Amino acid sequence: MSTVFIALQANEETRPIIEAIEIDNPQAVVHRQPAMVKIDAQGRLVIRRATIEEQLGRDFDLQEIHINLISLTGHVVEDDETLTLSWND
Amino acid sequence: MDMKVTKKKLGLKDKYKLMTRDLGWEPSYHSKDELYPYMNYEGIKIHDWDKWEDPFRLTMDAYWKYQAEKERKFYAIIDAHAQNNGHLNLTDARYLSALKIFLQAISPGEYAAHRGFARVGREFPGVGPQVACQMQAIDEIRHAQTQIHAMSNYNRYYNGFHAFADQRDRIWYTSVARSFFDDAMSAGPFEFMIAIGFSFEYVLTNLLFVPFMSGAAYNGDMATVTFGFSAQSDEARHMTLGLEVIKFILEQDPDNLPIVQNWIDKWFWRGFRVLGLVSTMMDYMLPKRVMSWREAWDIYGVENGGALFKDLARYGIKPPKGWDDAEKAIDHMSHQFMLGLYQWSFGTAFHAWIPSDDDMRWLSAKYPDTFDQYYRPRWEHIKKLAAAGTPFKNYGLAKLCQTCQLPTVFTEPDDPTLTCHRETVYKGEKYHFCSDGCQHIFENEPEKYIQAWLPMPQLFQDPVNGDLGEWMKWVSLLDGKDNGDYAGSEDQKNFEAWRGLATTNQ
Repeated sequence: MSTVFIALQANEETRPIIEAIEIDNPQAVVHRQPAMVKIDAQGRLVIRRATIEEQLGRDFDLQEIHINLISLTGHVVEDDETLTLSWND
Repeated sequence: MDMKVTKKKLGLKDKYKLMTRDLGWEPSYHSKDELYPYMNYEGIKIHDWDKWEDPFRLTMDAYWKYQAEKERKFYAIIDAHAQNNGHLNLTDARYLSALKIFLQAISPGEYAAHRGFARVGREFPGVGPQVACQMQAIDEIRHAQTQIHAMSNYNRYYNGFHAFADQRDRIWYTSVARSFFDDAMSAGPFEFMIAIGFSFEYVLTNLLFVPFMSGAAYNGDMATVTFGFSAQSDEARHMTLGLEVIKFILEQDPDNLPIVQNWIDKWFWRGFRVLGLVSTMMDYMLPKRVMSWREAWDIYGVENGGALFKDLARYGIKPPKGWDDAEKAIDHMSHQFMLGLYQWSFGTAFHAWIPSDDDMRWLSAKYPDTFDQYYRPRWEHIKKLAAAGTPFKNYGLAKLCQTCQLPTVFTEPDDPTLTCHRETVYKGEKYHFCSDGCQHIFENEPEKYIQAWLPMPQLFQDPVNGDLGEWMKWVSLLDGKDNGDYAGSEDQKNFEAWRGLATTNQ
Protein backbone atom coordinates (compact mmCIF):
# COMPACT_ATOMS: atom_id res chain seq x y z
CA MET A 1 0.00 0.00 0.00
CA SER A 2 1.38 3.44 -0.91
CA THR A 3 2.06 6.17 1.59
CA VAL A 4 0.00 9.36 1.77
CA PHE A 5 1.30 12.40 3.60
CA ILE A 6 0.31 15.84 4.78
CA ALA A 7 2.86 18.53 5.64
CA LEU A 8 1.95 21.47 7.87
CA GLN A 9 3.87 24.49 9.05
CA ALA A 10 5.26 24.02 12.53
CA ASN A 11 3.49 26.66 14.62
CA GLU A 12 1.04 27.19 17.47
CA GLU A 13 -1.99 26.85 15.23
CA THR A 14 -0.99 23.46 13.88
CA ARG A 15 0.08 21.87 17.19
CA PRO A 16 -3.45 20.78 18.13
CA ILE A 17 -4.14 19.71 14.54
CA ILE A 18 -1.09 17.46 14.55
CA GLU A 19 -2.10 16.04 17.94
CA ALA A 20 -5.55 15.29 16.58
CA ILE A 21 -4.08 13.55 13.54
CA GLU A 22 -1.93 11.40 15.82
CA ILE A 23 -4.99 10.43 17.87
CA ASP A 24 -7.10 9.54 14.83
CA ASN A 25 -4.32 7.79 12.89
CA PRO A 26 -2.30 5.52 15.16
CA GLN A 27 -0.41 4.19 12.13
CA ALA A 28 0.82 7.68 11.14
CA VAL A 29 4.48 8.59 11.48
CA VAL A 30 5.25 12.20 12.42
CA HIS A 31 8.49 13.73 11.12
CA ARG A 32 9.46 17.03 12.69
CA GLN A 33 11.62 18.96 10.22
CA PRO A 34 12.88 22.57 10.22
CA ALA A 35 9.79 24.82 10.26
CA MET A 36 7.50 21.98 9.15
CA VAL A 37 5.92 18.74 10.27
CA LYS A 38 5.39 15.95 7.74
CA ILE A 39 2.99 13.15 8.63
CA ASP A 40 3.17 9.92 6.63
CA ALA A 41 0.55 7.17 6.77
CA GLN A 42 0.17 3.89 4.94
CA GLY A 43 -2.71 4.03 2.48
CA ARG A 44 -4.98 6.47 4.28
CA LEU A 45 -5.02 9.46 6.63
CA VAL A 46 -8.11 10.97 8.24
CA ILE A 47 -8.38 14.42 9.80
CA ARG A 48 -11.48 14.90 11.99
CA ARG A 49 -12.94 18.25 12.92
CA ALA A 50 -14.31 16.95 16.23
CA THR A 51 -10.90 15.71 17.40
CA ILE A 52 -9.23 18.98 16.46
CA GLU A 53 -11.91 20.92 18.36
CA GLU A 54 -11.27 18.82 21.46
CA GLN A 55 -7.54 19.54 21.28
CA LEU A 56 -8.05 23.18 20.40
CA GLY A 57 -10.87 24.01 22.81
CA ARG A 58 -12.82 26.02 20.25
CA ASP A 59 -14.87 25.58 17.10
CA PHE A 60 -12.81 24.76 14.06
CA ASP A 61 -13.62 24.87 10.37
CA LEU A 62 -11.63 22.24 8.48
CA GLN A 63 -10.91 24.74 5.74
CA GLU A 64 -8.77 26.68 8.25
CA ILE A 65 -6.14 24.02 7.53
CA HIS A 66 -5.43 25.79 4.23
CA ILE A 67 -3.66 28.61 6.10
CA ASN A 68 -0.92 26.34 7.40
CA LEU A 69 -0.90 23.60 4.82
CA ILE A 70 2.37 22.98 2.99
CA SER A 71 1.69 19.93 0.89
CA LEU A 72 -0.18 16.65 0.68
CA THR A 73 -0.56 13.60 -1.52
CA GLY A 74 -3.33 11.22 -2.41
CA HIS A 75 -6.95 11.75 -3.35
CA VAL A 76 -8.65 14.34 -1.18
CA VAL A 77 -12.19 13.88 0.08
CA GLU A 78 -13.47 16.68 2.29
CA ASP A 79 -16.81 17.45 3.92
CA ASP A 80 -17.73 19.40 7.05
CA GLU A 81 -16.53 16.67 9.42
CA THR A 82 -13.50 15.00 7.85
CA LEU A 83 -10.69 15.44 5.38
CA THR A 84 -9.39 12.12 4.06
CA LEU A 85 -6.31 11.37 1.97
CA SER A 86 -5.99 8.00 0.26
CA TRP A 87 -4.58 6.09 -2.69
CA ASN A 88 -6.62 3.56 -4.65
CA ASP A 89 -4.17 0.72 -5.01
CA MET B 1 -31.32 11.62 22.97
CA ASP B 2 -29.89 14.45 20.94
CA MET B 3 -32.30 16.85 19.31
CA LYS B 4 -31.57 17.45 15.67
CA VAL B 5 -30.98 21.19 15.39
CA THR B 6 -31.10 22.83 11.98
CA LYS B 7 -27.74 24.34 11.20
CA LYS B 8 -27.74 28.04 10.40
CA LYS B 9 -24.64 27.72 8.26
CA LEU B 10 -24.75 25.97 4.93
CA GLY B 11 -22.85 22.73 4.74
CA LEU B 12 -19.73 22.61 2.63
CA LYS B 13 -21.38 20.70 -0.20
CA ASP B 14 -24.43 22.97 -0.43
CA LYS B 15 -22.33 26.08 -0.25
CA TYR B 16 -20.04 24.81 -2.99
CA LYS B 17 -23.02 24.00 -5.18
CA LEU B 18 -24.60 27.43 -4.69
CA MET B 19 -21.42 29.40 -5.13
CA THR B 20 -19.95 27.58 -8.10
CA ARG B 21 -22.47 25.54 -10.11
CA ASP B 22 -25.26 28.05 -9.61
CA LEU B 23 -23.09 30.84 -10.99
CA GLY B 24 -23.06 29.24 -14.43
CA TRP B 25 -25.55 29.96 -17.17
CA GLU B 26 -26.56 28.67 -20.56
CA PRO B 27 -25.67 31.12 -23.34
CA SER B 28 -28.69 32.23 -25.36
CA TYR B 29 -27.41 34.47 -28.16
CA HIS B 30 -24.02 32.84 -28.81
CA SER B 31 -23.33 29.16 -29.28
CA LYS B 32 -21.09 27.33 -26.81
CA ASP B 33 -18.60 26.71 -29.60
CA GLU B 34 -18.33 30.44 -30.20
CA LEU B 35 -17.89 31.13 -26.50
CA TYR B 36 -15.31 28.39 -25.94
CA PRO B 37 -13.48 28.07 -29.24
CA TYR B 38 -10.44 26.12 -28.02
CA MET B 39 -12.21 23.09 -26.62
CA ASN B 40 -11.93 20.68 -29.55
CA TYR B 41 -8.68 21.09 -31.44
CA GLU B 42 -6.51 19.15 -29.01
CA GLY B 43 -8.68 16.07 -29.48
CA ILE B 44 -9.76 15.81 -25.83
CA LYS B 45 -13.40 14.76 -25.47
CA ILE B 46 -15.45 16.02 -22.53
CA HIS B 47 -19.08 14.89 -22.23
CA ASP B 48 -20.16 16.25 -18.87
CA TRP B 49 -18.44 19.19 -17.21
CA ASP B 50 -20.58 18.75 -14.10
CA LYS B 51 -18.60 15.63 -13.27
CA TRP B 52 -15.77 17.96 -12.30
CA GLU B 53 -15.29 17.98 -8.52
CA ASP B 54 -13.18 20.27 -6.38
CA PRO B 55 -12.36 18.00 -3.45
CA PHE B 56 -11.70 20.99 -1.15
CA ARG B 57 -14.96 22.62 -2.22
CA LEU B 58 -13.42 26.03 -1.74
CA THR B 59 -15.75 28.91 -2.61
CA MET B 60 -14.74 32.48 -3.35
CA ASP B 61 -15.90 33.89 0.01
CA ALA B 62 -13.81 31.38 1.96
CA TYR B 63 -10.95 31.84 -0.48
CA TRP B 64 -10.71 35.60 0.18
CA LYS B 65 -10.96 35.09 3.92
CA TYR B 66 -8.11 32.59 4.10
CA GLN B 67 -5.93 34.37 1.56
CA ALA B 68 -6.25 37.62 3.53
CA GLU B 69 -5.12 35.81 6.64
CA LYS B 70 -2.12 34.36 4.80
CA GLU B 71 -1.16 37.86 3.63
CA ARG B 72 -1.37 39.30 7.16
CA LYS B 73 0.90 36.57 8.47
CA PHE B 74 3.29 37.08 5.58
CA TYR B 75 3.65 40.84 6.03
CA ALA B 76 3.99 40.61 9.81
CA ILE B 77 7.09 38.47 9.33
CA ILE B 78 8.48 40.43 6.36
CA ASP B 79 8.25 43.62 8.44
CA ALA B 80 10.00 41.95 11.37
CA HIS B 81 12.70 40.68 9.02
CA ALA B 82 13.34 44.15 7.60
CA GLN B 83 13.18 45.85 11.01
CA ASN B 84 15.62 43.45 12.66
CA ASN B 85 18.39 43.24 10.06
CA GLY B 86 17.18 39.79 9.13
CA HIS B 87 19.72 39.57 6.34
CA LEU B 88 22.55 39.31 8.90
CA ASN B 89 21.09 36.14 10.37
CA LEU B 90 21.96 34.15 7.25
CA THR B 91 24.44 31.33 7.71
CA ASP B 92 26.54 32.81 4.92
CA ALA B 93 26.02 35.11 1.95
CA ARG B 94 26.80 32.24 -0.44
CA TYR B 95 23.24 31.23 0.30
CA LEU B 96 22.03 34.29 -1.63
CA SER B 97 22.98 32.73 -4.97
CA ALA B 98 20.09 30.32 -4.54
CA LEU B 99 17.75 33.26 -3.91
CA LYS B 100 19.01 35.20 -6.92
CA ILE B 101 18.33 32.25 -9.20
CA PHE B 102 14.89 31.92 -7.64
CA LEU B 103 14.09 35.61 -8.20
CA GLN B 104 15.42 35.72 -11.77
CA ALA B 105 13.94 32.44 -12.97
CA ILE B 106 11.20 31.11 -10.69
CA SER B 107 9.24 34.19 -9.58
CA PRO B 108 8.66 35.28 -13.20
CA GLY B 109 7.43 31.70 -13.72
CA GLU B 110 4.79 32.32 -11.06
CA TYR B 111 3.65 35.35 -13.03
CA ALA B 112 3.56 33.28 -16.22
CA ALA B 113 1.47 30.66 -14.42
CA HIS B 114 -0.91 33.46 -13.37
CA ARG B 115 -1.41 34.43 -17.00
CA GLY B 116 -1.85 30.83 -18.04
CA PHE B 117 -4.52 30.05 -15.45
CA ALA B 118 -6.36 33.31 -16.11
CA ARG B 119 -6.56 32.22 -19.73
CA VAL B 120 -7.65 28.62 -19.24
CA GLY B 121 -10.16 29.70 -16.60
CA ARG B 122 -11.79 31.67 -19.40
CA GLU B 123 -11.58 28.90 -21.95
CA PHE B 124 -13.03 25.93 -20.04
CA PRO B 125 -16.83 25.77 -20.30
CA GLY B 126 -17.36 24.14 -16.87
CA VAL B 127 -18.07 26.33 -13.84
CA GLY B 128 -16.04 24.07 -11.51
CA PRO B 129 -12.76 24.48 -13.40
CA GLN B 130 -13.52 28.15 -14.10
CA VAL B 131 -13.67 28.91 -10.38
CA ALA B 132 -10.68 26.71 -9.52
CA CYS B 133 -8.54 28.24 -12.29
CA GLN B 134 -9.56 31.75 -11.26
CA MET B 135 -8.39 31.06 -7.71
CA GLN B 136 -5.15 29.61 -8.97
CA ALA B 137 -4.58 32.60 -11.26
CA ILE B 138 -4.94 34.93 -8.27
CA ASP B 139 -2.68 32.68 -6.17
CA GLU B 140 0.05 32.75 -8.77
CA ILE B 141 0.15 36.54 -9.07
CA ARG B 142 0.21 36.72 -5.28
CA HIS B 143 3.23 34.41 -5.28
CA ALA B 144 5.10 36.53 -7.81
CA GLN B 145 4.36 39.70 -5.84
CA THR B 146 5.16 38.36 -2.37
CA GLN B 147 8.38 36.76 -3.59
CA ILE B 148 9.58 39.93 -5.27
CA HIS B 149 8.59 41.94 -2.22
CA ALA B 150 10.32 39.59 0.24
CA MET B 151 13.53 39.47 -1.77
CA SER B 152 13.59 43.24 -2.33
CA ASN B 153 14.88 43.46 1.25
CA TYR B 154 18.08 41.78 0.09
CA ASN B 155 18.40 44.15 -2.87
CA ARG B 156 19.23 46.97 -0.46
CA TYR B 157 22.41 45.22 0.62
CA TYR B 158 23.55 42.68 -1.97
CA ASN B 159 24.36 42.48 -5.67
CA GLY B 160 22.50 40.47 -8.26
CA PHE B 161 18.95 41.33 -7.20
CA HIS B 162 18.56 44.68 -8.95
CA ALA B 163 17.58 43.70 -12.49
CA PHE B 164 15.66 40.46 -12.28
CA ALA B 165 13.06 41.65 -14.79
CA ASP B 166 15.65 42.44 -17.48
CA GLN B 167 17.39 39.20 -16.70
CA ARG B 168 14.19 37.27 -16.92
CA ASP B 169 13.89 38.48 -20.51
CA ARG B 170 17.50 38.52 -21.63
CA ILE B 171 20.12 36.62 -19.66
CA TRP B 172 20.91 33.15 -20.95
CA TYR B 173 20.06 30.74 -18.12
CA THR B 174 16.64 32.21 -17.27
CA SER B 175 15.42 31.25 -20.73
CA VAL B 176 15.24 27.69 -19.36
CA ALA B 177 12.36 28.58 -17.08
CA ARG B 178 10.87 31.15 -19.44
CA SER B 179 10.72 28.79 -22.39
CA PHE B 180 9.12 26.16 -20.16
CA PHE B 181 6.22 28.44 -19.25
CA ASP B 182 5.99 29.94 -22.75
CA ASP B 183 5.73 26.40 -24.10
CA ALA B 184 2.86 25.65 -21.72
CA MET B 185 1.06 28.96 -22.31
CA SER B 186 1.21 28.59 -26.07
CA ALA B 187 -0.27 25.08 -25.87
CA GLY B 188 -3.98 24.35 -25.78
CA PRO B 189 -5.94 24.66 -22.52
CA PHE B 190 -5.98 20.93 -21.75
CA GLU B 191 -2.27 20.55 -22.38
CA PHE B 192 -1.63 23.59 -20.18
CA MET B 193 -3.51 21.92 -17.34
CA ILE B 194 -1.54 18.68 -17.68
CA ALA B 195 1.72 20.64 -18.05
CA ILE B 196 1.39 23.02 -15.13
CA GLY B 197 -1.49 21.70 -13.05
CA PHE B 198 -0.49 18.05 -13.09
CA SER B 199 3.14 17.49 -14.14
CA PHE B 200 4.64 20.59 -12.58
CA GLU B 201 2.43 21.15 -9.54
CA TYR B 202 1.67 17.59 -8.61
CA VAL B 203 4.71 15.61 -9.64
CA LEU B 204 7.52 18.13 -9.23
CA THR B 205 6.66 21.19 -7.15
CA ASN B 206 7.32 19.45 -3.84
CA LEU B 207 10.91 19.04 -4.95
CA LEU B 208 11.21 22.76 -5.46
CA PHE B 209 9.40 24.24 -2.52
CA VAL B 210 9.56 21.81 0.35
CA PRO B 211 13.32 21.17 0.57
CA PHE B 212 14.07 24.71 -0.59
CA MET B 213 11.97 26.30 2.16
CA SER B 214 13.33 23.98 4.79
CA GLY B 215 16.73 25.00 3.45
CA ALA B 216 15.84 28.64 3.96
CA ALA B 217 14.78 27.83 7.53
CA TYR B 218 18.09 26.02 8.15
CA ASN B 219 20.03 28.97 6.77
CA GLY B 220 18.37 31.71 8.76
CA ASP B 221 16.40 33.22 5.88
CA MET B 222 13.13 34.15 7.55
CA ALA B 223 11.91 36.14 4.53
CA THR B 224 12.09 33.18 2.17
CA VAL B 225 10.63 30.70 4.62
CA THR B 226 7.70 33.02 4.91
CA PHE B 227 6.99 33.60 1.23
CA GLY B 228 7.72 29.97 0.55
CA PHE B 229 5.27 28.59 3.04
CA SER B 230 2.70 31.23 2.16
CA ALA B 231 2.93 30.15 -1.48
CA GLN B 232 3.08 26.49 -0.57
CA SER B 233 -0.18 26.72 1.36
CA ASP B 234 -1.77 27.40 -2.04
CA GLU B 235 0.23 24.67 -3.76
CA ALA B 236 -1.55 21.93 -1.86
CA ARG B 237 -4.76 23.17 -3.47
CA HIS B 238 -3.07 23.40 -6.87
CA MET B 239 -1.79 19.86 -6.57
CA THR B 240 -5.25 18.64 -5.72
CA LEU B 241 -6.58 20.48 -8.76
CA GLY B 242 -3.86 18.89 -10.89
CA LEU B 243 -4.82 15.40 -9.79
CA GLU B 244 -8.51 16.18 -10.23
CA VAL B 245 -7.90 17.41 -13.77
CA ILE B 246 -6.21 14.26 -14.89
CA LYS B 247 -8.83 11.97 -13.32
CA PHE B 248 -11.60 14.05 -14.86
CA ILE B 249 -10.13 13.99 -18.37
CA LEU B 250 -9.37 10.26 -18.24
CA GLU B 251 -12.82 9.36 -16.92
CA GLN B 252 -14.60 11.40 -19.58
CA ASP B 253 -13.53 9.37 -22.61
CA PRO B 254 -11.14 6.46 -23.29
CA ASP B 255 -9.84 8.30 -26.39
CA ASN B 256 -8.23 10.84 -24.08
CA LEU B 257 -5.70 8.38 -22.66
CA PRO B 258 -3.02 8.39 -25.41
CA ILE B 259 -3.15 12.19 -25.68
CA VAL B 260 -2.75 12.62 -21.94
CA GLN B 261 0.03 10.02 -21.75
CA ASN B 262 1.95 11.88 -24.44
CA TRP B 263 1.63 15.15 -22.47
CA ILE B 264 2.74 13.47 -19.26
CA ASP B 265 5.83 12.10 -21.03
CA LYS B 266 6.60 15.51 -22.45
CA TRP B 267 5.95 17.62 -19.37
CA PHE B 268 7.61 15.34 -16.89
CA TRP B 269 10.84 15.66 -18.84
CA ARG B 270 10.45 19.41 -19.37
CA GLY B 271 9.79 19.83 -15.64
CA PHE B 272 12.64 17.56 -14.62
CA ARG B 273 15.05 19.68 -16.67
CA VAL B 274 13.70 23.02 -15.46
CA LEU B 275 13.88 21.92 -11.82
CA GLY B 276 17.30 20.40 -12.27
CA LEU B 277 18.96 23.51 -10.95
CA VAL B 278 17.28 22.87 -7.61
CA SER B 279 19.66 19.94 -7.25
CA THR B 280 22.56 22.40 -7.28
CA MET B 281 20.86 24.69 -4.79
CA MET B 282 20.41 21.78 -2.40
CA ASP B 283 23.79 20.10 -2.81
CA TYR B 284 26.04 23.12 -3.28
CA MET B 285 24.40 26.48 -2.57
CA LEU B 286 22.94 26.01 0.89
CA PRO B 287 25.79 26.60 3.35
CA LYS B 288 23.82 24.54 5.87
CA ARG B 289 22.20 21.70 3.97
CA VAL B 290 18.89 20.05 4.75
CA MET B 291 19.12 16.89 2.71
CA SER B 292 20.78 15.95 -0.53
CA TRP B 293 19.04 16.13 -3.88
CA ARG B 294 19.19 12.33 -3.94
CA GLU B 295 17.38 12.14 -0.59
CA ALA B 296 14.74 14.63 -1.72
CA TRP B 297 14.23 12.69 -4.95
CA ASP B 298 13.78 9.44 -3.01
CA ILE B 299 11.00 11.00 -0.92
CA TYR B 300 9.22 13.25 -3.39
CA GLY B 301 10.09 11.57 -6.67
CA VAL B 302 10.40 7.84 -6.08
CA GLU B 303 8.01 7.38 -3.16
CA ASN B 304 5.38 9.99 -4.05
CA GLY B 305 5.61 9.84 -7.79
CA GLY B 306 5.68 6.06 -7.55
CA ALA B 307 2.46 6.02 -5.50
CA LEU B 308 0.82 8.44 -7.90
CA PHE B 309 1.56 6.43 -11.04
CA LYS B 310 0.61 3.18 -9.33
CA ASP B 311 -2.74 4.80 -8.57
CA LEU B 312 -3.22 6.15 -12.10
CA ALA B 313 -2.42 2.74 -13.59
CA ARG B 314 -6.12 1.87 -13.30
CA TYR B 315 -6.76 4.39 -16.09
CA GLY B 316 -3.99 2.87 -18.21
CA ILE B 317 -1.50 5.66 -17.42
CA LYS B 318 2.15 4.59 -17.33
CA PRO B 319 5.00 6.35 -15.54
CA PRO B 320 6.49 9.07 -17.77
CA LYS B 321 8.83 7.90 -20.51
CA GLY B 322 11.84 9.72 -19.07
CA TRP B 323 11.39 8.34 -15.55
CA ASP B 324 14.28 5.83 -15.75
CA ASP B 325 16.65 8.33 -17.33
CA ALA B 326 15.75 10.78 -14.56
CA GLU B 327 16.60 8.21 -11.91
CA LYS B 328 19.97 7.57 -13.58
CA ALA B 329 20.74 11.33 -13.61
CA ILE B 330 20.00 11.98 -9.94
CA ASP B 331 23.48 11.17 -8.58
CA HIS B 332 25.20 13.25 -11.25
CA MET B 333 23.18 16.32 -12.12
CA SER B 334 23.95 18.68 -9.23
CA HIS B 335 27.71 18.22 -9.79
CA GLN B 336 27.41 18.69 -13.54
CA PHE B 337 25.37 21.88 -13.10
CA MET B 338 27.72 23.38 -10.50
CA LEU B 339 30.77 22.69 -12.67
CA GLY B 340 28.94 24.50 -15.47
CA LEU B 341 27.94 27.44 -13.27
CA TYR B 342 31.50 27.78 -11.98
CA GLN B 343 33.16 27.86 -15.39
CA TRP B 344 30.59 30.27 -16.89
CA SER B 345 30.32 32.49 -13.81
CA PHE B 346 31.43 35.55 -15.82
CA GLY B 347 27.95 35.50 -17.33
CA THR B 348 25.70 34.86 -14.31
CA ALA B 349 24.05 37.45 -12.06
CA PHE B 350 24.90 35.29 -9.04
CA HIS B 351 28.09 33.83 -7.66
CA ALA B 352 29.52 30.35 -7.95
CA TRP B 353 32.44 28.86 -6.02
CA ILE B 354 34.67 25.87 -5.49
CA PRO B 355 33.28 23.62 -2.76
CA SER B 356 35.36 23.61 0.42
CA ASP B 357 37.00 20.47 1.81
CA ASP B 358 34.10 20.16 4.24
CA ASP B 359 31.59 20.51 1.42
CA MET B 360 33.38 17.80 -0.53
CA ARG B 361 33.36 15.45 2.45
CA TRP B 362 29.59 15.90 2.69
CA LEU B 363 29.17 15.34 -1.06
CA SER B 364 31.25 12.12 -0.86
CA ALA B 365 29.07 10.84 1.95
CA LYS B 366 25.82 11.68 0.13
CA TYR B 367 26.99 10.46 -3.28
CA PRO B 368 29.22 7.49 -2.45
CA ASP B 369 28.91 5.99 -5.93
CA THR B 370 29.63 9.09 -7.98
CA PHE B 371 31.29 12.04 -6.25
CA ASP B 372 34.76 10.72 -5.46
CA GLN B 373 34.99 8.85 -8.72
CA TYR B 374 33.78 11.47 -11.20
CA TYR B 375 33.55 14.91 -9.63
CA ARG B 376 36.06 15.32 -6.79
CA PRO B 377 39.04 14.98 -9.16
CA ARG B 378 37.67 17.82 -11.29
CA TRP B 379 37.08 20.09 -8.31
CA GLU B 380 40.57 19.30 -6.96
CA HIS B 381 42.03 20.23 -10.33
CA ILE B 382 40.02 23.44 -10.46
CA LYS B 383 41.15 24.24 -6.92
CA LYS B 384 44.80 23.88 -7.95
CA LEU B 385 44.27 26.20 -10.91
CA ALA B 386 42.66 28.82 -8.68
CA ALA B 387 45.51 28.55 -6.12
CA ALA B 388 48.03 29.06 -8.94
CA GLY B 389 46.26 32.29 -9.93
CA THR B 390 44.93 30.80 -13.17
CA PRO B 391 41.29 30.01 -12.30
CA PHE B 392 39.39 27.84 -14.76
CA LYS B 393 37.12 30.16 -16.71
CA ASN B 394 35.28 29.21 -19.85
CA TYR B 395 34.62 32.24 -22.05
CA GLY B 396 33.32 30.02 -24.80
CA LEU B 397 29.60 29.88 -25.31
CA ALA B 398 27.67 26.93 -24.06
CA LYS B 399 25.92 24.78 -26.64
CA LEU B 400 22.25 24.87 -25.70
CA CYS B 401 19.57 22.24 -26.08
CA GLN B 402 16.91 23.43 -28.52
CA THR B 403 14.12 22.12 -26.27
CA CYS B 404 15.03 22.80 -22.63
CA GLN B 405 17.62 25.50 -23.42
CA LEU B 406 20.09 24.20 -20.84
CA PRO B 407 23.73 23.85 -21.85
CA THR B 408 24.40 20.28 -22.95
CA VAL B 409 26.41 19.46 -19.82
CA PHE B 410 24.78 16.14 -18.98
CA THR B 411 26.21 12.70 -19.54
CA GLU B 412 24.81 9.57 -21.16
CA PRO B 413 22.34 7.81 -18.84
CA ASP B 414 24.54 4.70 -18.81
CA ASP B 415 27.97 6.28 -19.11
CA PRO B 416 28.89 9.15 -16.80
CA THR B 417 32.17 9.70 -18.64
CA LEU B 418 30.53 10.57 -21.96
CA THR B 419 28.66 13.82 -22.66
CA CYS B 420 25.19 13.20 -23.97
CA HIS B 421 24.49 14.88 -27.27
CA ARG B 422 21.71 14.35 -29.80
CA GLU B 423 20.96 16.12 -33.06
CA THR B 424 18.08 16.26 -35.48
CA VAL B 425 18.08 17.78 -38.94
CA TYR B 426 14.80 19.49 -39.72
CA LYS B 427 14.20 21.41 -42.98
CA GLY B 428 17.93 21.58 -43.62
CA GLU B 429 18.84 23.01 -40.21
CA LYS B 430 20.65 21.08 -37.49
CA TYR B 431 19.26 21.22 -33.93
CA HIS B 432 21.08 20.10 -30.77
CA PHE B 433 19.67 18.34 -27.72
CA CYS B 434 20.87 17.39 -24.25
CA SER B 435 18.99 14.10 -24.02
CA ASP B 436 16.69 11.61 -25.73
CA GLY B 437 13.80 13.18 -23.81
CA CYS B 438 14.36 16.65 -25.26
CA GLN B 439 15.00 15.25 -28.75
CA HIS B 440 11.68 13.34 -28.70
CA ILE B 441 9.80 16.43 -27.56
CA PHE B 442 11.26 18.42 -30.45
CA GLU B 443 10.54 15.71 -33.00
CA ASN B 444 6.87 15.57 -31.95
CA GLU B 445 6.42 19.32 -32.47
CA PRO B 446 9.30 20.62 -34.59
CA GLU B 447 7.39 23.63 -35.94
CA LYS B 448 6.95 24.87 -32.39
CA TYR B 449 10.53 24.44 -31.19
CA ILE B 450 12.32 25.80 -34.24
CA GLN B 451 10.79 29.14 -33.25
CA ALA B 452 12.43 29.08 -29.81
CA TRP B 453 14.31 32.21 -28.81
CA LEU B 454 17.79 31.02 -27.84
CA PRO B 455 20.09 33.35 -25.95
CA MET B 456 23.29 32.36 -27.79
CA PRO B 457 22.19 33.36 -31.32
CA GLN B 458 20.86 36.58 -29.76
CA LEU B 459 24.46 37.45 -28.79
CA PHE B 460 25.32 37.93 -32.43
CA GLN B 461 22.34 40.11 -33.24
CA ASP B 462 21.50 43.72 -32.49
CA PRO B 463 22.10 45.37 -30.06
CA VAL B 464 24.89 43.09 -28.81
CA ASN B 465 26.65 42.03 -32.04
CA GLY B 466 29.02 39.64 -30.33
CA ASP B 467 30.46 42.20 -27.87
CA LEU B 468 30.67 40.87 -24.30
CA GLY B 469 30.61 44.32 -22.68
CA GLU B 470 27.56 45.30 -24.71
CA TRP B 471 25.91 42.03 -23.75
CA MET B 472 26.49 42.73 -20.05
CA LYS B 473 24.91 46.15 -20.45
CA TRP B 474 22.00 44.67 -22.35
CA VAL B 475 21.27 42.08 -19.65
CA SER B 476 21.93 44.61 -16.81
CA LEU B 477 24.81 42.55 -15.43
CA LEU B 478 27.34 44.61 -13.47
CA ASP B 479 30.73 43.07 -14.18
CA GLY B 480 32.80 42.51 -11.04
CA LYS B 481 29.75 42.92 -8.80
CA ASP B 482 26.95 40.59 -9.81
CA ASN B 483 29.04 37.83 -11.44
CA GLY B 484 32.14 35.71 -10.82
CA ASP B 485 33.50 33.70 -7.91
CA TYR B 486 31.98 34.26 -4.48
CA ALA B 487 35.50 34.28 -3.02
CA GLY B 488 36.59 37.93 -3.09
CA SER B 489 33.17 39.27 -4.12
CA GLU B 490 31.54 42.42 -2.72
CA ASP B 491 28.77 40.27 -1.29
CA GLN B 492 31.31 38.27 0.70
CA LYS B 493 33.19 41.35 1.96
CA ASN B 494 30.04 43.25 2.88
CA PHE B 495 28.35 40.36 4.63
CA GLU B 496 31.43 39.68 6.74
CA ALA B 497 31.91 43.37 7.58
CA TRP B 498 28.24 43.96 8.49
CA ARG B 499 27.96 40.80 10.47
CA GLY B 500 31.09 41.91 12.34
CA LEU B 501 29.46 45.28 13.08
CA ALA B 502 26.30 43.55 14.26
CA THR B 503 28.06 41.25 16.71
CA THR B 504 30.76 43.58 18.10
CA ASN B 505 30.91 47.21 19.28
CA GLN B 506 33.50 48.28 16.73
